[in-house]
This record gives sequence, C-alpha cells and structure tokens, in this order.
Amino acid sequence: MTHLLEVENLNVRFALRFGDLTAIDGISFHLDRKEKLGIVGESGAGKSVTGFAIINLLSKPGYIAGGRIRFEGREIHRLSAEALRQIRGNRISMIFQDPMMTLNPVLTIGTQMVETVRAHRRVSKAEARTLALEKLQKVYIPSPEKRLDQYPHEMSGGMRQRIVIAIALLTDPALIIADEPTTALDVTIQAGIMELLGELCATEEMGLILITHDLAVVSQVTERIAVMYAGQIIETGSTAEIVARPRHPYTIGLINSLPGTRRAGSRLEQIPGMMPVLTAIPEGCAFHPRCFLAAPECRAARPDLTPVNGARQWAACHRLDQTAQPNLLKDSTSRP
Amino acid sequence: MFAFIVRRVLQAIVVMGVIAFIGFSVQHSIGDPVRDMVGERVSLAEREAIRDQLGLNDPVPIQFGRFCWKALHGDLGISYFHKRPALDVILSKAPATLELVFGATVIILVFCFPVGIYTAIRPRAWLSRFVMAVSTVGVAVPVFLTAIVLIYIFGVELRWLPTYGRGETVALGGWDTGLLTADGLLHLILPSVALSSIMLPLYIRLIRSEMMEVLETEYIKFAWAKGLSRWRIWLLHAFKNTLLPVITVFGVEIGILFAFTLLTETVFQWQGMGFMFLEAVERSDTALLVAYLVVVGVMFVVINTLVDICYGLVNPMVRVAGNP
Ligand SMILES: Nc1ncnc2c1ncn2[C@@H]1O[C@H](COP(=O)(O)OP(=O)(O)OP(=O)(O)O)[C@@H](O)[C@H]1O
Ligand code: SF4
Ligand SMILES: [Mg+2]
Repeated sequence: MTHLLEVENLNVRFALRFGDLTAIDGISFHLDRKEKLGIVGESGAGKSVTGFAIINLLSKPGYIAGGRIRFEGREIHRLSAEALRQIRGNRISMIFQDPMMTLNPVLTIGTQMVETVRAHRRVSKAEARTLALEKLQKVYIPSPEKRLDQYPHEMSGGMRQRIVIAIALLTDPALIIADEPTTALDVTIQAGIMELLGELCATEEMGLILITHDLAVVSQVTERIAVMYAGQIIETGSTAEIVARPRHPYTIGLINSLPGTRRAGSRLEQIPGMMPVLTAIPEGCAFHPRCFLAAPECRAARPDLTPVNGARQWAACHRLDQTAQPNLLKDSTSRP
Repeated sequence: MFAFIVRRVLQAIVVMGVIAFIGFSVQHSIGDPVRDMVGERVSLAEREAIRDQLGLNDPVPIQFGRFCWKALHGDLGISYFHKRPALDVILSKAPATLELVFGATVIILVFCFPVGIYTAIRPRAWLSRFVMAVSTVGVAVPVFLTAIVLIYIFGVELRWLPTYGRGETVALGGWDTGLLTADGLLHLILPSVALSSIMLPLYIRLIRSEMMEVLETEYIKFAWAKGLSRWRIWLLHAFKNTLLPVITVFGVEIGILFAFTLLTETVFQWQGMGFMFLEAVERSDTALLVAYLVVVGVMFVVINTLVDICYGLVNPMVRVAGNP
C-alpha cells in the first residue's frame, strides 16, 4: 500500500550570488493516512524548508534540486501550477509559526475563510460562511458569528492561531503541516493550542506533520519523529522508542536538555556549541565538532541511517555500539 | 468612522486658519489697498483718512479677524488690475486649472496601477526593466522640457494635437468646461500628459516597491498556501495592502501637482489660475495673489481630507481607532 506522503532523497538548494547553498541534503521519510509525524531540530536545521518543499512553496531563491515528493500518488514538483493550487489549502493545509503575521490585516476573518472554501469548492458565499462558522466552533472560538466580521488586529495571538487552524480545517485536508504553531504564542496558551491540534487530527482523520524545535511538544502529540540536523535526518523512529532509547548522540543531547529530565538540583544540560551554518558544514558527520563520542572515523565519512533497536528506529552514527548504553541518559525515570 | 471624519474635518479647519493667516500676512506686509483703490495721486492726508476708514490702523489681531470674517463671506479684496472682486477673478479661472489637474490625475490613475502592479509581479520581465528605465528618466526630466518636447512632436511636427489654450468650452452653470466638447478634450491632452509626467513615474515606482515588499510578507505566503488563485492574491491580498501607503502619498503629491500647473499653464497658454497667478505677480496685484493662495489652499485641504477619509475606508485599523 502506498503512503499518503513519500519524501525520497529530497534535496533543496538556495541559489545565492556566490553559489548554491544546500539546505536539505537528501532526506527521506513517509507518512501514512491519519499518522502524526514530528520533525524536530535546532533553528536552521531545515525544518521549515522541508515543510514548504512539500507544497512546493519555497521562498524565492530556493528550489528542489533533487529527489521526489509523492503525495496521494502524485509527484508534487511535476505538477502544473493549477494542479498544485488545487492541492494547496485543499488536500494539504499549512499552519504558520506567527499568527500575528499570517492573516491579511486588511481583510475580515470571514473573507479570508470564505475565499479559501471557494478556491476549492463550488459553493455559494452563504454556504462557505456556514462552513466557516462550523469550523470556528470546532476550534472553540467564542461567538464565531461576530468574529467573521472582525479584522485580525481585533484578536489576540492565541485567538488568531485558532482561526488559522480553523482555516486549515475548512477543506477537510488529508494532511496538515504545522510549522512551530505555538512558538510565537504565550506559554500559557501553547499547551491548549497543541492539544487542540492533536485532538482535531484524530477526530477529523487528518495526517499531521508537526515541525518544532521542542522535543517535549512532539512527544505529546506525534507517533513518529524525525530528528533533523544541518539539513539531514539523523534519527527517526517511533516517538516512544526514541524518547526511551535515543541512539544518536544529538538526540541524546536533546533529551538530556529537556527540563523534565533534570534531576533535582542538577543543572540543565545543553549540547555544547552551535549548529554549523550551511556554508560551513563539517566533513564526515556534520555533528562531530559537538559530539561527545566523536572519533577519527567521524571526520572521515558521513554515517548513513542504520536500523537500530530491532529496526524500529534508524540512526545515522558511526558509533551506535557506544550509544546503546542507557547510562548516557541523565534520568531514565522521569522522561516525558 | 464618524468620529474619524469629524476629527479630520476639525483638523482641516485648523489648517485653513493657518492658510488664512499666511494670506493675511502677505496682504498686510506687501499690499497697499489704498493705492489699489485710489491710485497714486491722492494727498497723504486723504490717504490717511481712507486708511482710518478702512481700519488699516487698527491692531493687527482685529485686522486679521476682519480678514477672516470677510474671507468667510467670499470677500478677498478687489483685484487692482481687473477692477473686480479677486475671488470672482480666481473662480472664473478655477475650472481650467481643476480640469487640467483632473486630466493629469486620470492619466496617472489609469496608468500607475496596472504598470506598477505588473512591474512588481514580473520584476525580471524585459518590459518591466524598460518601464523602470524610462521612469528613471521621467523623474529627472523637468516638466517644461517634457511640455516643449510634446508640443514639438505632436503640435509642430505631426500636427495631431492643439498646443495652445483650452479650445472650445461650454458654460455649465458658472463652470466653463472643456470636457464636454471634442475640441476641448483635444486641447486638454497635451497639457495633462505634460503635467502627469512628473507624478506618473514616481507613482509607478512607489506602487512597485510597496507591492514587492507586500509580496514578501507571511500573509501573502499563507494566501498561496491556501491555494487561492494568483489574481486574487495579487489584486486583492497584495494590492489592498499596497494601497495604504500609496493613498497617503497621493494626498501630499496632489498639492505638488497644483504647484506644477503654474509651469504647465504658462507653456500651453492655458488660461487657468496658475497662468493668472504669474500675471498677478508681474502686476503686483496683491489681492489676487492672496485670493489665489486662499483658494488653492482650500482645494488642497479639501482634497487631502477626502484622501484621508479614503484611507480610513481601506484601513480597518483606522476605523476602529475612530470608533470610541
Ligand atoms: N530564503 C532563503 N534564502 C537563503 N537561505 C535560506 C532561505 N530560507 C532558508 N534558508 C536556509 O535554509 C536553512 C534552513 O532554514 P529553515 O527555515 O528550514 O530552518 P528551521 O529548521 O525551520 O529553523 P527555525 O527553527 O529557525 O525555523 C537556514 O539555515 C537558511 O540558511
Ligand atoms: S558519527 Fe561520530 S560524531 Fe557523528 S554522531 Fe556519531 S559519534 Fe558523534
Ligand atoms: Mg522554521
């Protein structure tokens, strides 16, 4: 059976003045119907670029330089502009990071919802409005009737993100790509939005790709995770498995830096150093300058994704034999 | 919205007060109404008597008050040269100038939006590059040069269009219009084109740069991600946001358009207020100068207020702010 989404060896580059910059370097993953996948990684790892590549909406100098993206059996980057338009916002909806910037400031919420429905369905404005009301209720917007005639600036950030989610639901898409949907919001409302999103994907039978730098967030919502580092997927597998037994040193570092894993009195452990800029990705394993297990071979060759933990999980590291030891994790009892 | 309009109108009234004060200052410092009335051959004593009688020896604030009071009743003094009320003289010339400004505005509006939008969404097309190159030149060429070149090409060489005066006009109430006759419209073409030539390149560049900026925003990216048609994204989502700064600039620039009617009217012998203003300067016709100042000031304020109200209609933020 084919997957809902298959990404194979995807390569994304940005054509800059001084030459091409590889932002995504041969990543592969897939997603089934109703499945929830988390893409985790530090800032600049290429998470957003991956999300936009899926709907072929990369920002200007960016382009898909290689690989394949198949969605519902069709190759995205071979589609005509019109065929692509019919997928965007219809079969695949996207939720952006900052709800303060996502909605058009000079159009009412109603206009921005109705137009989305009418871009994909042959319905009257009144019917589209009814549908919009129904979706606003699904995301628990109080007095939705009134909201339709309001402008974005009349609403709080949390409210706006609920509206963006409602817009994403309008066409009953098969897949929602949520790019850091709560990062720009107040901490107090982040959990509520996340819970709503997970809940809706279950009841509306939608697939979800949740992009975030916060491992704690994905582990609450998603079934599978792909951990990205410098444009590559360095570990992937079931969420529970990876959180319990991470095998890549970077993932181990991420989990150790979660507040929940901290022993009382101990300091929060951070991965030393910073992710490399794309112009200066180290030879061999891109993570080696920061890795506590780095060995000479790590500098020489790039590790491939290898099945681990009984092939339920894949990690790209030369020293997987070393990472099987549970004592690498700071605390094995209170993980998220 | 209503409160917003009221506030704008109040502001307009304040600005009118300032204009009146400037007009009054001009009259007070350089005008000599006694000379305007009786000529130079009257004895000093008699002049002094007339000055007293006219209240010219009263304190300045009282004189200013009287000036405003009279101005409100349409009395801006008597033109020394025309021997008629200055306001009448101005108003008889106003239609010519307004129609010239109108013609130029129509040309600007008809061309700046499609061209500006096109060059924004297709910045690399050769046509866009060509337009941008021409507009760079257009901004730099002075109006009178454009006017003379136009006259030479279309008037002297090709003999397609008239280059002198307003042509045939018809009276419509008190308004002498050239818009209703074919001859009048033909006469309007070259002066309007010349006058629009300063603003059109500026507007095209303004709309282009604003629109290109808007096209980079997150909400436009989101509009693409929603699968909207590109025309809806360009002409509604992007354009409506482009419009706000453009309207603001338009309100300011229209005053500059009035200033440039001075040149255009002179080159084309267009019998409007600008033409008359320059005549009045030559003849030191103070009353007429002051009347010109006040009338053009009023037009400027009225147009600006209307433009601001348009801005309020487009921008939802303003509507709420004016809605206590
Ligand atoms: N428009 C662009 N032009 C040039 N390079 C870009 C552009 N957009 C992204 N990149 C490059 O792609 C890399 C990955 O960017 P991306 O936005 O996917 O990071 P991210 O993982 O989403 O990070 P964040 O958590 O900050 O959102 C960046 O490091 C940047 O160098
Ligand atoms: S390959 Fe080497 S450097 Fe890279 S993560 Fe594994 S041990 Fe660390
Ligand atoms: Mg991102």
